[in-house]
Amino acid sequence: MIIAMMLLPLAAGIAAFMIRGDRARRALLLWTARFHLLFTVSQFVLAFRAGTFSAGPAAAAAPQGTVWFQYDALGLFFAGIASLLFLGAAHYAVAYLAAEKHDPGSDADDGFIFNNAPEAVFTGCLLLFLAAMTGVTASRNMGLLWALVEATTLLSAPLIYFHRHKRSLEATWKYLLICSVGIALALMGNLFLGAAGLKTGAGLDLSALFLKAAVLDKPLLKAAFLFLFVGYGTKMGLSPFHTWLPDAHSEAPAVVSALLSGALLNCAFLGILRAGAVCAAAGLADFTGGILVLFGLLSIITAALFMLGQRDYKRLLAYSSIEHMGILALGIGLGGGAAFGALLGALSHSLTKAGLFFTSGVVLAAEKTKRIADVRGLWRRAPATAALWLAGFFIITGAPPSGIFLAKFLILKEAVYGRHYWLAGLFLLAKVFIAMTFGEREAKAAEKPFTEPRGMLVPACAFFMLVIGLGLYLPGWLRALIAASVSNAGGKL
Amino acid sequence: MHTFAELIIVLIILLDLALAVTGSLSSCIRLVAVQGVVAGLLPLLAGSGAPHLRALLFAAVIMTLKGAVFPWLLMRARDKSGARKDVEPLISYPASIVLCLGAFIASSWMGSRLPLPETQVAWIVPASLATIFTGFLLITTRSKAITQVLGYLVIENGIYIFGLALFVEQPMMVELAILLDVFVAVFVMGIAIFHISREFDHIDTAELSELSDWRRGEYGK
Repeated sequence: MIIAMMLLPLAAGIAAFMIRGDRARRALLLWTARFHLLFTVSQFVLAFRAGTFSAGPAAAAAPQGTVWFQYDALGLFFAGIASLLFLGAAHYAVAYLAAEKHDPGSDADDGFIFNNAPEAVFTGCLLLFLAAMTGVTASRNMGLLWALVEATTLLSAPLIYFHRHKRSLEATWKYLLICSVGIALALMGNLFLGAAGLKTGAGLDLSALFLKAAVLDKPLLKAAFLFLFVGYGTKMGLSPFHTWLPDAHSEAPAVVSALLSGALLNCAFLGILRAGAVCAAAGLADFTGGILVLFGLLSIITAALFMLGQRDYKRLLAYSSIEHMGILALGIGLGGGAAFGALLGALSHSLTKAGLFFTSGVVLAAEKTKRIADVRGLWRRAPATAALWLAGFFIITGAPPSGIFLAKFLILKEAVYGRHYWLAGLFLLAKVFIAMTFGEREAKAAEKPFTEPRGMLVPACAFFMLVIGLGLYLPGWLRALIAASVSNAGGKL
Repeated sequence: MHTFAELIIVLIILLDLALAVTGSLSSCIRLVAVQGVVAGLLPLLAGSGAPHLRALLFAAVIMTLKGAVFPWLLMRARDKSGARKDVEPLISYPASIVLCLGAFIASSWMGSRLPLPETQVAWIVPASLATIFTGFLLITTRSKAITQVLGYLVIENGIYIFGLALFVEQPMMVELAILLDVFVAVFVMGIAIFHISREFDHIDTAELSELSDWRRGEYGK
């Protein structure tokens, strides 16, 4: 089943490169996304029935021989997020690609004309990207996890360079180089991890590492965690390794930004969580917790500072992602109820941010600019978009009732001192967006009426409703899944 | 056997220093290729007794990729981009070599301090760390996109040697996956360099500076 989950998008991705007809290729994208989610859900139902989610970090009982891919609660949780997000992204992408076909690019801000990358390449990379992310969530070997995370970098680079112009190329180059070099450091971390278990023959297999955690070499294990943290932290966008993130998110098409922000950052975070779980099993939970709290706070502060003077709304969303990654790291670092809050926050953030990026794509199509100052009175021109835009911002800033509010509340309960930084940043965020929606519209001569593309708004709407729903009612199975995930990540409730 | 392996370590350190002072882009590409091949030889010599068939095959794959495929790809990127033939360093060559020597001294110190298992080949840990530093030096102080890819490859070489020093046996599947990643990375970066040269008429990354937070207000005016 797990193999099928990876092979399906892999095969579809390769096929997408060869299919000539746009219609067939788009249908392939949609159906692959639907089946992928179906597989993920059935995987979850099977595991839940079998009751395999109750055990601690070594959830997968000592297997016979080497197991490369297997789901525990934590992996399945992130796989579920990625799969759900991809379904929304696929629906959005179909509408987006159809619209792009008739409206070839003229740059939003500089006004030059550019081409798009071939649609087949875009769709193919999108599907292969899903396959790699599925692999990351399922892999039980730190070496394989590394290889697949690096694969996600390489497969998403062509996606960022969909609009072929200077700025997206610059963003792609920074993304490619910073992430590749960053992840090379994670490879060093893997080597240290291997060296830590050299005497006991633990290797890089997660189950073996958990079994022999007590006898691992502690100093080497600490070094391993530091390198893995810096490596995957670069990919996850933690400050001060975040420099690629605002550029890539602002220049990529909205659907790619949504996937990068909602699914990819989580996958990188999974790498840190796996390393942290091994350290926790070896009794180093305080050490890893301290690092996570420190860099989590640093990310939140950095993001808040950079949001202040931000003039580009897609960059603003990108910095908000950095802030939320900081909140995740902080929550996991604090442990206990905050870890539960952090994982709930990961789910809510992914859905909300994806919805916001989807909406930002429509705003960009309507207003033809990414500058906040130039978008005024969206309410009159595109009412449904404006409503979603505003709703999204209330949710992302943590207004009740929503999953994000609940998550932040849980983390706050665990640590009151982080509060000031967030609230300052969040308040400013809200102000900007209300101005964009309700502000007076400058009279522009001969303005074309704008019809809002339904297909591009529906996924965002659905995601927002899900997040609000999460804030009102947290279903029992989800609670159990998150609780089991926290224990997989080495935390205690 | 071990003396031969130690000679190779010396050679790798000398190659690091050579990379720091070489001005010609094509020589740099060749030096990195030589370093990759030499590092690929290392596991065959460091072990005791005759190497396994598996190790031989793997070494062959590494040497073909690093010695033939990568240099070919990078040379092609260099020719297609029509770039100037020198590496255009941001700091002078003497400064580069001083930094490289400093990195080597720091690595020797770090190598003796790290709580690593005993290695059979002397100097292998300092050499690997120095190689990683040299890679970072190439990335940060050279302005061309190609030299940044070269720096990435040098870092990769250093990490590879470091892995040998620690005797971490990765499963075949993982090693192959890593190799595939590096291969695709160089390939994708090569394509990106081609696009950069076409879009900007040069491959100077110092000019890739339009995206930042503080100058956003000006464009479009």
